[in-house]
Amino acid sequence: MGLVTPNPGTIFWMVIIFGIVLFILRKFAWKPILNALKDREESIASALNLAEEAKKEVAGLKAENEKVMADARREKEIILKEARKIKDKIIAEAKQKANLETQKAIESARVQIQNEKTSAVNDIKKQVAELSLLIAEKVVKKELSSKSEQEKLVDGLIDDIKLN
Amino acid sequence: MWALVKHFRTMLKLSVRILLIFILGLAVSFEVKASKENEPLHSDSLIKEEFNTGRFIIEHVMDSYDWHVVSLGTTHISIPLPIILYSKNPDLHGGKNFHVFMSNKFNHAHNDYRGFRISHSHENDGKIVELDQHGNEIGKPLDFSITKVVAGIFFSALLLVVMLTHVVRKLNKNKGKAPKGIQNLLEPVVLFIRDQIAKPAIGEKKYEKFMPFLLTMFFFILINNLMGLIPFPPFGANVTGNIAVTMVLALFTFFVTSINGNKHYWKEIYNPDVPWWLKFPVPLMPIVEFSGVITKPFVLMVRLFANMLAGHMIVTVFISLIFIFASLYGPLAGLAVSPVSILFSVFILLLDVLVSLIQSYVFTLLSAIYFGMATAEHH
Repeated sequence: MGLVTPNPGTIFWMVIIFGIVLFILRKFAWKPILNALKDREESIASALNLAEEAKKEVAGLKAENEKVMADARREKEIILKEARKIKDKIIAEAKQKANLETQKAIESARVQIQNEKTSAVNDIKKQVAELSLLIAEKVVKKELSSKSEQEKLVDGLIDDIKLN
Repeated sequence: MWALVKHFRTMLKLSVRILLIFILGLAVSFEVKASKENEPLHSDSLIKEEFNTGRFIIEHVMDSYDWHVVSLGTTHISIPLPIILYSKNPDLHGGKNFHVFMSNKFNHAHNDYRGFRISHSHENDGKIVELDQHGNEIGKPLDFSITKVVAGIFFSALLLVVMLTHVVRKLNKNKGKAPKGIQNLLEPVVLFIRDQIAKPAIGEKKYEKFMPFLLTMFFFILINNLMGLIPFPPFGANVTGNIAVTMVLALFTFFVTSINGNKHYWKEIYNPDVPWWLKFPVPLMPIVEFSGVITKPFVLMVRLFANMLAGHMIVTVFISLIFIFASLYGPLAGLAVSPVSILFSVFILLLDVLVSLIQSYVFTLLSAIYFGMATAEHH
């Protein structure tokens, strides 16, 4: 039964060869190969992670951009509103000022007119007085040219006094 | 479930093997009948070496001292291999203990040399024996010859180392780039062994320690299986169909398992958790457990050996059908049968390629499972 009885010589050589092959391959083949495979797997995994992170970052940036845009829009709105308010205020103020100014002008005009009027009236009064005096002078001159008239006047004056 | 499928597959394979061995037996009996019927014709007209199917097949799967290339008629062309012997009786062999010479000194087992002979006796057929002064066989010397199988192992080991170191060199040159060439062939297999065999069987934490062993085991068996299928030197030695080779492989697995076995593993063998009366007066369970420890490598050894041997045998059987028919019904019948028999041989060879892969996978997987059992944590 040579087929099923192990031959000692073959066992001897097989142990030696397999042992050596195991040693050599372990050191020079499997360790580098397994390490290389592991390294590659790790690098692929990290690359995928990086891509994922980059994707997330891009999404974040986009959101941020949108936020910034929205902010800007809101700010614009606010600024516009404020500007409108200011404009309105300025206009209102201007109107008020103008009104005031007009009022003042009218008032001063009125005062001036009043003054003018007063002075004019005074003037007229003065002139009237002067004129009256002139007339009175002329009348008196004319009236008191006769004696009778002078007596009449004195009588009249005395009457008046009497009345008092 | 998986184990069941595997068992079924093994059974199926076994039954196919039995059928084919039956065919082999039939062929042998045909041959015997043929030689009997044709005896009167043969004995005086055509003197040829009688075609002996059994011997033909056994010679093809057995180890031998020289590497047979081809036989043309009665001239055998073969590659001589070194014979290394150690004898305890130096006086019978020219006063030396150690003897190293080439196997062609024996002239295909026809001559004796330095008091050694390739025996033809029933007991030591094909082995080298020592002779005393009168030419009687007195026993076997220590035989460390580089036989066909050993030469085959040497060759495939060399090929394996050269191939893998080449891959490593390429790997270093190709660092950070996509793999190419033979690297692409190797890497998926390495990954398969790592991710489909080692990780599930041993576990994520401890598998790394066993990877070099499992990979070496797988590729060593695979390369030798495939080499054995190529039918000319330096290939074609029936390495993995040799029981000594599979025994050493199985023993390596056994030793690695035993060395790495943790406390829990050994406790389960010598002091398993069973009722005390199964352990105390008669250590029944320890015996059963221990036989399991022995059976595991034994099964590994036999499975690989039987599968590869059977594969080689079947191919040889189909080829020898040509000669059987030729000797039964004349050369024309042999010629007529040859297409069928070649077709079958090719089919079986292709099947053997598959079996080579499966057997190296199974051996590696079972080794990994044993390692996993030896290092499993108690829970």
